[in-house]
Parts: sequence; C-alpha cells; structure tokens
Amino acid sequence: MKFKKTPESLVKDPGLDETIKNLTPERIVQVVNRVLTKENSARLQAYLDTCVHCGLCADACHTYVSRDKDPLFAPVSKVRQTLWELVRRKGNVDGEFIRNAARIAFTECGVCRRCSMYCPFGIDMAYLLLIVRRICSLLGVVPVYLQDTTNSHSVTSNQMWVQQDEWIDTLQWQEEEAQAELSTVRIPLEKEGADVMYSVIAPEPKILAQLLGNMAIIFKAAGEDWTMPATDGWDNSNMAMYSGDFEIMGRVERLHWETAARLKVKKIIMGECGHAFRGAVYDGPRWLSWQYPPIPMIHAIEYYYDLISSGRIKIKQKYQEHVTIQDPCNTVRGRGLGDKLRYIVDALCEKFTDVDPKQEHNYCCAAGGGVINCGPPWKRSRMLSNRVKAEQLGKTGADVIITPCHNCHSGIEDIIGFYNLGMHVKFINEILVECMEKPEESEG
Amino acid sequence: MYEFSRGPLVWIAFIVLIGGTIYRVAKIYRDSKKERVVHPYMSLSHGMRSIAHWLVPFGARNMRMRPVFTVMSFLFHICLLLTPIFLLGHVMLFEQSWGISWWTLPDGLANVMTILVVVAVTVFALRRLAHPVVRFVTKTSDWVLLVIVAAPFVTGLLAYYQVFDYRTVMILHMWSGALWLMVIPFTRIVHMIFFPLTRAYMGSEFGHVRSARDW
Amino acid sequence: MAQSAEVDFSPGKAQLVDLAALKSRFARIDEWVASPDGNSIAAPVKTEEGRFTICVNDQTWPDSFDLLWMLRYTPAGKLMALVQSDFEWTVAVDGKPWENTFEYVWQPRWSRDGEIIAALCKKDNEYGVVIEDKPWENRFKAVRDFALSEDGKRAAVTVQTDSLGEADVPGFFEGVWSLAVDGQLWDKKYINTWSPIFNADGSKVAAQIRTDICEYSISVDGADWTERYGCVWEPIFKGTNGTVIAPIRHGKNWTLAEDGRPIWSGEYNQLWRHSFSPDGSKLAAIVSPEFGRWTIAVDDKPWKRRFKDMVLEPTFSPDSKRVAAPVKSDGRWNIAVDGEVSGQGWDQIWDPVFTPDGAHVLAKAKQDKGFLVVCDGKPVRTNLSLCWDPIVSPDGQHVMLRYVEDEKYVREVVPIEELAR
Repeated sequence: MKFKKTPESLVKDPGLDETIKNLTPERIVQVVNRVLTKENSARLQAYLDTCVHCGLCADACHTYVSRDKDPLFAPVSKVRQTLWELVRRKGNVDGEFIRNAARIAFTECGVCRRCSMYCPFGIDMAYLLLIVRRICSLLGVVPVYLQDTTNSHSVTSNQMWVQQDEWIDTLQWQEEEAQAELSTVRIPLEKEGADVMYSVIAPEPKILAQLLGNMAIIFKAAGEDWTMPATDGWDNSNMAMYSGDFEIMGRVERLHWETAARLKVKKIIMGECGHAFRGAVYDGPRWLSWQYPPIPMIHAIEYYYDLISSGRIKIKQKYQEHVTIQDPCNTVRGRGLGDKLRYIVDALCEKFTDVDPKQEHNYCCAAGGGVINCGPPWKRSRMLSNRVKAEQLGKTGADVIITPCHNCHSGIEDIIGFYNLGMHVKFINEILVECMEKPEESEG
Repeated sequence: MYEFSRGPLVWIAFIVLIGGTIYRVAKIYRDSKKERVVHPYMSLSHGMRSIAHWLVPFGARNMRMRPVFTVMSFLFHICLLLTPIFLLGHVMLFEQSWGISWWTLPDGLANVMTILVVVAVTVFALRRLAHPVVRFVTKTSDWVLLVIVAAPFVTGLLAYYQVFDYRTVMILHMWSGALWLMVIPFTRIVHMIFFPLTRAYMGSEFGHVRSARDW
Repeated sequence: MAQSAEVDFSPGKAQLVDLAALKSRFARIDEWVASPDGNSIAAPVKTEEGRFTICVNDQTWPDSFDLLWMLRYTPAGKLMALVQSDFEWTVAVDGKPWENTFEYVWQPRWSRDGEIIAALCKKDNEYGVVIEDKPWENRFKAVRDFALSEDGKRAAVTVQTDSLGEADVPGFFEGVWSLAVDGQLWDKKYINTWSPIFNADGSKVAAQIRTDICEYSISVDGADWTERYGCVWEPIFKGTNGTVIAPIRHGKNWTLAEDGRPIWSGEYNQLWRHSFSPDGSKLAAIVSPEFGRWTIAVDDKPWKRRFKDMVLEPTFSPDSKRVAAPVKSDGRWNIAVDGEVSGQGWDQIWDPVFTPDGAHVLAKAKQDKGFLVVCDGKPVRTNLSLCWDPIVSPDGQHVMLRYVEDEKYVREVVPIEELAR
C-alpha cells in the first residue's frame, strides 16, 4: 500500500523527517515485533479479527467529518494505513512508512475514544493508535515538540521544564496575589497530614498562575485542609502517555502518587485538566500495577460540584455572559462527569445553552491526546481537522465557552481564532472565584 | 457425493465450527489473562448493559443516526441466523438422523427471509463499492466472505425453485453451508463469537471503570 | 533519633505551651513542629504585614524576614527554616541566617545525626548545593535529584551539563545529564540520571541512568552496569562490600539485581523501595506479586496477605527480626507487621516505630480531623488536634508522645507496658 499524498504529509517536522534517517529495516522489524507480540496480545488480536471493515466508526471522528468526509481520515482508515500494514508486513516497512504512521497516529487522532463508542463491537481504536504511537516512540519518530514535552517529563516530572525553585517561587507569589483579594489566604506547602493534596499541570505555574491563586481562594472559602508539595511530583500531567513512552509515563505517575503518600493526604484534588486525569487515574496506575489509583483522585468538576451542591460555597451573583460547554473527553466520556459539569454551570451562570451533540457524544477539541503538543508545525492541520467543532460551538450563540480542561481550553482558543467565532474560553475556576461569596465578605 | 455431503461433511463442519470456536475463545481467554489489565476490570452488569444496548435496534446513537442501515443490518443478522436453524428442510434432516425436531418456519416466510439475506449481502456489497471509507478499507477477503455468506442462501433458493440440476445444486448448497460454518472461527465472521467479549470489555471499561455510557 | 540518649524519659505528662494564648499575638501562625526532645514546639508566625519570624514555645526569634517557610527540626534538635530578606533567600538555623544568600534555596537535607544541614541553591541563574553555609564553587545549568552522605560531608546531585535550545530533541538524546559529586562532574553523560545515593561511608555514589529511549541501567561512580533493562528504579548499596542492588524490569516483570545480576528469582508486576535490615542480613521490598495486589517481600518471599490500594516502604525492627509497613486496602490505612494486620484501619497513617526489641509497634494516625497514636493496632491516644511520631527510649521501656490537645502542647512519657496493655 502506498500512502496517498495529502497536504499534511508535506508538513515539516524534524521529529519525523530527521529521525527516520537513522532507522534500519532490522530495527523497525525488531520494535514492531516487540510491541505486537510481547507488549500486546488478546485485545489487539480480538480487535483486528473482529473488525468487519464496515466503516460505521467514520462519522464519529471530528477529523473525518471536518475534512469533508475524506476517507483517509476515518478512524478505521487510520488503522488501515498504519497497524494493519504493520501486522500484515510483520514490520517490514521503510522509514517513510513510519513517518506517515507517526503523522496519522500523533497528529490526526486525539485518542479521544469517540469512535470506540460508535463501533458496534466496541473496538477501542484509540488503543490501536496508541500501539502505533508506542512503535513510533520506541523508534524515536515522534513530533519534535511532543517529544520535547516527554523529555521534560523525564527530567523534571513536569511537562514544561519548570525548575524546582520556579515552582515554589510561583506558589509563594500566587499566595501574595491571592491575599490581595482575601487577606487570610494561604498556599500551605509540604503540610504533612493535610486532608488534600492539590495537584495541577505545569502550564498553571508557567503561564496561567492566577488559576493557582484562584484555587487558594476557593479552598479558603470552603475551609479545606490542603497542601501542595515543594518537590517534584506536583505535576499530574503526562504527555509521555501520549507519545508512547510508557516507561517515562510510569515514572511520572509513580512520583505523583508517592508524593501524595509522602504528604499523608486522604485524597488528591486536581485542577481542571482532562488528560492528566486519564494518566493519573487509568493509564499510569495500570502500568505500575495499581488496579485503581492508590489514593482517591478527585477531579475539579467533582470537587466544585460537591462544594456548590453541599452549600460549602455559596453563589453571590450569577455570571451574566451567555455560556456554553466544551465537554472534555477524559472527564466526561472518561469519567461520566457531564451531568455534574452542567449542574455547576447552571448554578454559576445566568444563561447557558448546551451543545449538540453533548456529554459522552461531544466532539473532541482536537487538541488533547498530545495533538496540540505536536506544536506549531501541525497547527493548521489541527484547525482543518475541527471545523465541525467551530460549527457546533457557533450554533449555540454563546459568548463564553466553559471547559474544565487545559487541552480543550487551548484547542478551543485556537479554533475561535481560526474560524473567527468571536467567543472566549474560560475555566470554571475563573467564574467560580468571580461569583462566589468570600469568607471575609460574609463575616463583614 | 451426495451421501458424503449430507453425512460426514456435516459432522466435519460442526466439529470444525465447535472445535474452532472453543479454540478461539480459549486462546483469547488465556491471552487476555496474560495481558493482566483486562479481567480485573470486567463487570458482568456493565458488560450485559452494553451488549443489550447494541443488540436492541436503535439502542445506540450510531444506529439512530443511520436508520436504513440499522434496519437492514438487523434484518440481515436475524434472517442469517434464524433461517437455517428453523428451516423445515433442515429440521427434517435432524429428525431423520437423530429423531429430534423443533418448531419450523412456514415455507413462505423462510423464503422471504432467505431472499432478505441475499438482498442484504447485495446491499453490503454495493456499499463496499459506494461508500468511500468502506471502499478504502475493503480487502479481497471482504469480498470472499460476502460470497461465502451468500452462497448457502443463493444455492438454497436455487434448490427451492428447482433451478438447474437439483442434485448438483443441493451438493453445492451443502458444501457452501459447510464452508460457511467452518470459516466462522477463522475469519472475520469470528465477530459473531467475539462480539459479546469485546462489547462486554468496552461496556465494563466505560460503565464500570469510568461511569460513562458507551452507546 | 541521635539525641534520644540524652532525652529525659521520666514518666509524666506536661502541658508545655498554651497555643490558644499565642493565637491572639500573631496575625498568622503556620504549621507547628515539635522538637525531637519534646521540650519545644515552633511555628512560622506573621508579626506584622510582610514580616515573618519563628515562635518557639512562646518566644519569637529576634530576626524577622520577608518570607519564611519549611520550618523543620533536624534529629539533632536544630531548628531550621528557609528565609527571605530583600529578595535574597538563605537558610536560618536556630534563629541565625547563613551569611551566604541566594536567588533561591530549597530542598533542605541533613546528615543522619542532624548536625549538618545542606540545601539546593540558585545564584546568578546557576544551580548548586550549599552545605553548612558553604556553597559549591561549581554551579550548573539545572539540578534535580539531591543526596547527602550520611555524615553530611558530601553531596551528589543530578545536573544538566550543557544548555539546550527550545525543543532540541537530538541534543537531549545525545545526553546532557550527569552527576555532580561535591561539585565535580562525572565524566560521563546520559539521557537521564535520577536518584543518586551514597554508600554508608560516603565513598561511592550510585544512580539510575537512561542510555537510550527505552534503555535503563545503574551507574556507580560513573561506571555503568553492562546490562541494559526496560526500566530500573532507585539503587541502594549493600552495607559491607559496597555492591549495588536495584529493581530491574525485563519483559513485563520486575526483580532485583545486584551489580547487574538478578538476585531474586521472583517475577513481580512491580518492585520498589527495597531496604536492608539493620544487621544487613535481610532485604525487604514493596512488591506486587499479581496485578492490583501489593505486599512486602522479605528475601524474595512475599507476605501471604495482599493489599489492594497501596503499600509503603518497609521498616525493620532494630533487632532486624521483624518488618512493618504502612498498608492500605479498601481505603483504610493500617500497619502490617510480618504480614499481619491488627488495627481497624484509619484515614491516614505514618511510618511504624518499633521498640528496640521489636515487640511493639507504634504509629501516628489520623481519622477524620483528629490525630491519634496507635500501639500494636490499638489507639492509645485519640482526638488530638496535632500529633508527632512517638519516640521510644533507648532502653525500650518508655515512649515519649508529643501532641496538641485542647489547644495545649503536651509532652507525655508513658511506660510501654501501659500503652501495650
């Protein structure tokens, strides 16, 4: 089978173009066999044998739908162009094949698992494309920006090369910032025996630090006994899971859980991120031999829901803008939190118009799954892959899109710009801090 | 030839079908144990819930999005499975050989159901040509499988209407039926056996582990 | 516990500090820490807007600082904190800041006896180590994992040797990570280096290394094991002969290897945090013998009892005969001793503390909002608003409990028979 030329196959990315020059046929065969026969067996076999090539998964995929139903972008077509061939040819493929397989698996699929919901047999196509990513990762053929993020995880255990001192310094700075709003706020560091460890992803300290200050205010208002680590292990994100470097993924997750155990907390509450939830709760623990997370992990959606529904946090004044929701795949399809998310938005906002399709059936943001981390070379392709998202959001007529996920947040920002939607994206955290009653006010 | 076809061939076909099925299920069970992360997450109730949603017509969003195909697909599978089991001619063979019998389809209905299978296979074949995605992922084996599935029904019809030499057509019918039974465990028709397994696993991963729906 | 020989273990209970009275004196009081001799309790306090100091019992330090955190007692009873004045950070010990100041200083460590204090530091955008106010002369682009020798004289840290441009993946895979020991770089570079560790006398350093995308091994003083593995975890030194033992992954399974040769035959789903008994005769590790089930293996023999949620690092009794570890199943933490659990389980539990003869095990725990002390699985003090690890007298006859009850800091010494009844 020859790969068909698409504009995407001409995108330049040294992580693919340069690395395939070092591949030998023996190395490819060795890695493909290792992954197909030693690392995977029953599910791979069942999925390959059960697929009847019916194409019913096609309409599930935002990439396929957005690209005028170009057959190359249907989920089953992505598997056909990559895994089927690797299996059929027992890994006897050339570097150019691996390059294209990497392009498809990393940049044209966000492993959002929507297609898995549309397959009558429940074939997990995201799992199949993660197998392709694993092969590419072991061969060193990974989009350069994504690999750089994985490298950051390997060195720092966080995804943005945040130095240890920068992390602590940022928390101390954010504590001061938050005190301007509520003078008694603290960000308690290294408090052994607190009830809660709060963990976030590296973009928070690096570029969105006010989210940390906001959370400190929310915890204060809720009367939470919480802490954050002043060591590595504070970042719950995991791009190594998506680049296919499961050893680094496991290392990162282990440190995260061991940090919570060292701090002797009852649970971890995590910020508004989707893939981090997946890594910390599903993929990471499994690689490490934990059936379930060793310490309960509460996603921000669940936490805000509990705060509002129990009355621990009261809403002073509702947010006035017209809002809609972007359901993140890893917490809605991946945790069933869609109803709680809507409860929060209803409680916080005056005017809410839901999306269609919604909840588990929502379209992927096309940024998660490591796709946005593939960086600038692939941005245009990513935009073309999600016209359907722009149409879906545009139809709501909302001015603000609420999404409790960093990948969704950045991905939707890009789509708004590219398709001139004139909307804004917000985390729940930002609206909650604006609308809630703060303790000093209630005392006064 | 005729005697061989209605005697030992049937035995061989069922032995291959049953033996092959046991082999495939046993192997997938053993491999899935080795994979470690499959069995601990299986949940009977969530698995059944998922299977139920996908066995009931229009039980999943994807089925509601394409009503014509859904109806066609359900009719095809129902007719494909029920017609051979409840066909008067087949039941009579069992009665002659083993003295057991069960309820049978009225001839006219069985005829319609057989025709439906052939029509459905034709539609599937046309869809393989017409739908760009399906065309892109269709392999030669997909065509062969369609022929294997259609053959017993086509030859059955020919025999019923006594087109061509009856005895030859019957032999072809018996051989194609036996072939169809025998290839089930070893081709993508294995989806018939694996459906409950893959579905139950996905249902468990979605419902039991992730508190989400997969339909 | 270096001081415990000099600590007064005469039985009795004393309310040493009234914390309620202190509340009105300060706008903010951070987390309290109790001294190892039990006589003092200290916390960072805010004296006025933007000024912090330490309050020890009811006395404040004379100096105050713009920021102050990470207040800790070392085992020697030294009270240290990280402090900032005029945008410069340093370490303050017993009220006195070090003379050297830094852009940042963090990750304090101390020698086994707690006499020598060290930390990571940053100056002029370069990173290094400072030991007892003496910074390393050499500084590096970045540092990460940090180890101090038992005597506190030597330090090892993983360092980045060369600068990398943005997303310089080929540069990264050429290897820009190494180890610096006392400021001197190993002459080898790796893709990654992690978790340096000194041997007992501080003469050798071992660390995890990564030599290819999926190739891991162990290096000792820059001499790598010849074998490569799918993954490795933290190495440790074996007491006497100085060999190194580390968990290694081959295929999907983990086992322990000594200087590159497997020494355990058990194949585990997971294996980490191995440690030797005080007499060096036994080796225990956290293992997962089957998926989703955890326990402790001693000399390659896993306990029969398995735990679903989590198992933490094993602790040997001082006589090397018994092993205990915090374990969690069905959301409840407990202490397992030689594979047996006797407590009812709590929300949180701290590391086990053995009596010298290994006969009794104590631990601090927490249930809901209240701390408690547990002895042999039975709660012996409950509903404490704060609590620190129990300390056993060297003769094993008495236990010192340090806790806060009714807003009073209490130091109580109790005969062990009374607790173990």
